[in-house]
Amino acid sequence: MSEYTFGNPQIIEIDTDILLIGGGMAACGAAYEAKRWVGNDVKITLVDKAALDRSGAVAMGLSAINTYLGPDRDPQDYCRMVSADLMGITRDDLVYDVGRHVDDSVHLFEEWGLPVWKDKGSEGVALKDGGKPVRSGKWQIMINGEGYKTIVAEAAKKALGIENIIERCFIVKLLLDQNEPNRIAGAVGFSVREHKLYVFRANAILDCCGGAVNLFRPRSTGEGNGRTWYPVWNAGSTYAMAAEVGAELTMMENRFVPARFKDGYGPVGAWFLLFKSQAVNAFGENYVVKNANMLADFAPYDKATVVPTCLRNHAMLKEMKEGRGPIFMDTPTAMKKLAEKMTPQEIKHLEAEAWEDFLDMCIGQAGVWAGMNIRPEQNMSELMPTEPYLLGSHSGCCGIWVSGPEDLNSPAEWKWGYNRMTTVNGLFTAGDGVGASGHKFSSGSHAEGRIAGKAMVKFVRDHKGFKPALKGDIKAITEEIYKPVRTYIEHKDKTTAEDVNPHYILPRYLQQRLQKLMDEYVAGTSTYYTTNKVMLETGLHLLTMLKEDSHKMRAKDLHELMRAWENYHRIVAAEAHLRHILYREETRYPGFFYRADFPKLDDAEWKVFVNSRIDPATGEWHMRKVQHVDMVTKRYEGQGH
Amino acid sequence: MPTFVHTDKCDGCKGGQVTACMYICPNDLMKLDTTRMKAFNQEPDQCWECQCCVKACPQQAIEVRAYQDFVPMGGAVIPMRTDSAIMWTIKFRDGEVKRFKFPVRTTPVGSIDPYTGKPGAGDLDSPLFFTEAGKTLPTI
Repeated sequence: MSEYTFGNPQIIEIDTDILLIGGGMAACGAAYEAKRWVGNDVKITLVDKAALDRSGAVAMGLSAINTYLGPDRDPQDYCRMVSADLMGITRDDLVYDVGRHVDDSVHLFEEWGLPVWKDKGSEGVALKDGGKPVRSGKWQIMINGEGYKTIVAEAAKKALGIENIIERCFIVKLLLDQNEPNRIAGAVGFSVREHKLYVFRANAILDCCGGAVNLFRPRSTGEGNGRTWYPVWNAGSTYAMAAEVGAELTMMENRFVPARFKDGYGPVGAWFLLFKSQAVNAFGENYVVKNANMLADFAPYDKATVVPTCLRNHAMLKEMKEGRGPIFMDTPTAMKKLAEKMTPQEIKHLEAEAWEDFLDMCIGQAGVWAGMNIRPEQNMSELMPTEPYLLGSHSGCCGIWVSGPEDLNSPAEWKWGYNRMTTVNGLFTAGDGVGASGHKFSSGSHAEGRIAGKAMVKFVRDHKGFKPALKGDIKAITEEIYKPVRTYIEHKDKTTAEDVNPHYILPRYLQQRLQKLMDEYVAGTSTYYTTNKVMLETGLHLLTMLKEDSHKMRAKDLHELMRAWENYHRIVAAEAHLRHILYREETRYPGFFYRADFPKLDDAEWKVFVNSRIDPATGEWHMRKVQHVDMVTKRYEGQGH
Repeated sequence: MPTFVHTDKCDGCKGGQVTACMYICPNDLMKLDTTRMKAFNQEPDQCWECQCCVKACPQQAIEVRAYQDFVPMGGAVIPMRTDSAIMWTIKFRDGEVKRFKFPVRTTPVGSIDPYTGKPGAGDLDSPLFFTEAGKTLPTI
């Protein structure tokens, strides 16, 4: 038996050269690429909060790869599509870089064993040999992706060596160097299974732990709280940890509110793109077409070939607010139309494809349909915009401000030596962590992890002599991590019911308080995503007290200690989101959120990046505008991008 | 749709400290009750219903029961996964049963050889991945 117990953890110190924090697509990509560029003298360690086979946003699987260019698509058009969907403010250098590299990752996935659907006549031919994928949209290809993550994880594990991977270890803080200013030096966390606290010293660190989920009160009221659209375990750790060491964030006002099948949050993309289904209001009207004039207030983005996601939400919300809900996906009409030209066997195949879309990536939606006797060929299904999510890889672009590729003709202030390095020397990010460049999805996140992985190897080569010296008293820092446990042990016997105790707050209740205030003041679902300056300031006041109270969280076991730190990360990510929305005095993303006091798009004043930074010495937030530049000429009409 | 564990089927992975479901759950929900040697979901309202534990359970002891705050009772979605394919059984509330089978992988599990036959490390200062050796990247 170990001498270490709950309340008396072992402290394990590990020296490594490159530390990868996270286990999703980006981390797996970084592991695969970085390992190839180093000799045996450079050590790479990967730390995952869960188990690599099924961690990150692709844990359940996916039914499509949403970014694959193929030989006949131009990365410049990809930049145009991403820019239009995100209302004009994206970093073309970062998006272009993903676009020119992403296919290489997709070709590897197929080689490793991922089944990719092929067009008739192209069956059995690999994508890299000219095989034609089944496209559900201009950029998307269909896969049998239930095992997607297990395949990508196997390659990463084999590349890195299992001895260099630590699973079930939750990193909660990054640490700066005590000698060199603004220089990353290490990270601390704990095992959620054993009584161990980990202290890492590293030359370069990749912070890629996904986006932020459950910052807002969800639409579900009980058990269904876990049925979030994005993974429920994405706690904003990427943003919070980087922000707290002074990394500059960008576009944290951006959010994603996906309109999905109601309650189960199942995917709609295949229904729109592959099955050509229409979404309609209660009276059968196509609300995007009907409200086209209203969308013209947000020109020129309303004229994009694919109407931006937020504007489609904007049109949907108008119908809901004015009493013309529910909103339906008209699946019976779509299937009937498709079936007109099909044999019975092909129709059966089509039905299987429709169900697979859920079963590969959102099994719960299949459960909702089964429980409600919904058959898509017979019954329409309700759509609903969800609670807000923060992310940088899907149809959202909040994240960390990073250095871009050196070889593109980008503004000098967009590159400072190492691709995907944050403004803290030696700290890198990828996937959901990189801001101002959405629509990477799974494949782009893997490719971006590889970009960062290679750049980190270069960084370590160039900084060979660096000896990390952690800033601060390590004993005190580890005690701070363990404080919720100490609080619990000290006070638990003072009341007869351990969940009601004036000396502490349960992480669960702290999360509920956060969700309620974010919902009510920071444009959640209960205000139809609407806020204003006074609401935001009121919310910030409440959030500040919540942050103070977070130091009184309890943890009755290691699982609850994980929840405590996840919720601390959520608070920091939520504060960034709130402050950015407060700073941007316009409505840039109607349908995602509205500044009622600045209801218009204001390109003259606000076609800029908004960046923020916490001064790690004082904890103060500083906001600034950063000039936006289009490196690719943008076109909005008739270009088919 | 939180997971639940059939008492008669779960064998606690035969006394191991970490059961298959504990090992795989991305949200650290499955836990072993060491007194009964049975696993259970310790936080059902944080379950994403990814079914990773259901697929991994060697006893097929785990299922999901739909979230009761919005799904009517009686339906079920049950996977049976092998290394190459997955079979789904969908039971509707009204009793109809549908079955679908999809491939999950075209190569044997464990067969990935990450680097053999691939280019070695080339120019660390170029923007190319090692697998892109010899390629000319487009620029703007």
